[in-house]
Amino acid sequence: MKRIEITRRSLLRAGGAFGALSAGLLPPFALAQATPIKVGFVVPLTGPYGVDAQAEVKGAELAIRQFNNEGGLNGRRAELVVRDDKLNPGEAASKALELVEKDRVDFLAGPFGAAVFAVNSIAKQKGIVYNSVGNSDTINEVKDRSEFTFHEGLTCHVTGGALARYLIPKGLKRVAVLMADYVYGQETSRGFVRAARQLSAEIVTEVRHPIGMSDYSPFFSKIQAAKPDLLLVSNFGRDQQIALRQITEFGLKKQMKVAVPILVHTARLVEGHETYDGVVGCMSYYWKLEDTVPSAKAFNAAYRSLHGGIAPTDYSALGYSCVRTLLAASRDAGNTDAASVIKALEKLEYDFTKGKQYFRRCDHQSVQSVVVLTSKGPAPGVAKDDIFEILAVESEGEKTLRTCEELGYPAN
Amino acid sequence: MEYTFSLLLQQAMTGLALGAIYVLSALGLSLIFGMLNIVSFAHGAFFMVGAYVGAAVLTQTGSFAVAVISAFAAGYVAGALSERLLVRRLYGQGINYPLLLTFGLAYVLVDVVRMIFGREGTTVATPAVLRGAIDLGFGTFPIYRVFLIAFTACILSITWFAIERTNWGLIIRAGSRDSSILRILGIDVSRVWLVTFGLGTALAALAGILAAPIRGANPEMGGSVLAEAFVVTVLGGMGSLAGTAMAGCLAGLVVSMTTLFAPEFADLSLYMLMAGVLLFSPNGLFARVRTA
Repeated sequence: MKRIEITRRSLLRAGGAFGALSAGLLPPFALAQATPIKVGFVVPLTGPYGVDAQAEVKGAELAIRQFNNEGGLNGRRAELVVRDDKLNPGEAASKALELVEKDRVDFLAGPFGAAVFAVNSIAKQKGIVYNSVGNSDTINEVKDRSEFTFHEGLTCHVTGGALARYLIPKGLKRVAVLMADYVYGQETSRGFVRAARQLSAEIVTEVRHPIGMSDYSPFFSKIQAAKPDLLLVSNFGRDQQIALRQITEFGLKKQMKVAVPILVHTARLVEGHETYDGVVGCMSYYWKLEDTVPSAKAFNAAYRSLHGGIAPTDYSALGYSCVRTLLAASRDAGNTDAASVIKALEKLEYDFTKGKQYFRRCDHQSVQSVVVLTSKGPAPGVAKDDIFEILAVESEGEKTLRTCEELGYPAN
Repeated sequence: MEYTFSLLLQQAMTGLALGAIYVLSALGLSLIFGMLNIVSFAHGAFFMVGAYVGAAVLTQTGSFAVAVISAFAAGYVAGALSERLLVRRLYGQGINYPLLLTFGLAYVLVDVVRMIFGREGTTVATPAVLRGAIDLGFGTFPIYRVFLIAFTACILSITWFAIERTNWGLIIRAGSRDSSILRILGIDVSRVWLVTFGLGTALAALAGILAAPIRGANPEMGGSVLAEAFVVTVLGGMGSLAGTAMAGCLAGLVVSMTTLFAPEFADLSLYMLMAGVLLFSPNGLFARVRTA
């Protein structure tokens, strides 16, 4: 029998051959276990909306945890990769690029404010599916959209319109508008005014203010002189808080009803009931929906369980929903390939927080309900988180959206 | 829209109240720049510190008066410490180094406040006795804003008296003209600068707490205040208290009236006013002329 000589070289050759054979024979999922599904989350953690951004991250973390607890996708777990855009579009684009090129994320999600468009341009460029939450009309228009762009958040048109449809029929026919002179203020005013005019309201005066003002009192004389029934304050964040505080100070609420297109949970907590007393506005989500909507109850319970008993805010629900839809679609598609996930998202019908939702085909806008609310004051026996009273929930579906043709898409 | 006389009067009153805040914000800056020749980019940050300290004290004590005094004191201490430990090392080295230093100091102060108080801001309630509105004949006006106008007038008077009619004020004015003479006379110039800088920042902090019931308190509130304060200081003339008072009132009226007729130019009107005045009077309305 010929003697087989084992040398170091022959041993190495055999080992290499065995390794190559093993890799080829291993099932694909075992390899993929090393690669989590990464969701890149770009939010303004620094700056005036930091608290809302943190609430959004908490919501997203819940979505990730639930997905992983359900087994993930073929054994692949999801991971949230958070980056701070500092409320700066340039920074947002830079962070989005870093997420795509360095962190190799599968999806992008989360931004609000001007970052929505900055991240969108990266998503389009790099072919990454992207789901944003910021209140915007422009993100749905044909010039900004791509097949990769989805919009979980409400549009300004919808919130402005819902507010008008609630208030104008109550006899508030003379409307004054105080709007921040930038895209958000213009879009929400436009949505409100359009619906208001359809209901035979008259716009008695329209006043534009620069963003970031600290004193709105110079606008009040003109508004008072127009004798409106209703004042629409179409701004956001600190601008809204300061404007409403000074409106209260000058006693305008005794002369006219005051409304804002978007109420923010954290802003109401900071300012207190006195500033928001009597003010009507819209939100995408309020936790008290749990009284009537089973999915809200389930979401609230899961959120409280993960985050120390605190109730989710509007931004928590947006963060949760925008990530959960992406993961649900990837599960439906069976993979994280962009083309497959896009098809799955377009077919997805979901009820994660507030009832049935789906993405409209032409612009990938999430069709959803809008909550109309007003501030609730503290009272014995009322929970600390119970700061709003739900006045109405508008669930009119696509009727409340601008048509696809109006947005620039060809008619189907 | 009809522009009635009572509408114009109401707008003018609003402008005066707005001007009071401008004057309060600019007073300290005018003192620091006029007397010490230092451009303090931290002025807005000291305004913000005053608002936050006042808000914290108000929460603890329930007394707005105590909150105002505390804010003033905190502004003085913060300013004095800044002068003693940082700014003093840059005297005589031109205008740029103190500018850069105070620019950095502003960022530090804002981040310290964020770390202690959070990012979302806080509210300061208007004192109960100053709530409500008063009927001025041509319209109602918030009592607190009338108080602000009156308080600003008092602060201006006290500051003017201190600078123009006291020995201490005489020393400050003399030192701003020629500090070497003061040293020869045996006066501790460094102590004079410390007190002056501290008073300037104390006035900024005082403005902060007084503005807080109207504007709230948030870490970023100093940014816009700094710009307004600089415009009013430059408009009035560096170091001139009369100039600051006149410029503040004029600025408030111009912004208010512009808002009535062309609101989209409200922000721009302040800077256009400054540009217009400087074209005809490059040193401002009441420039204090330096001899050395």
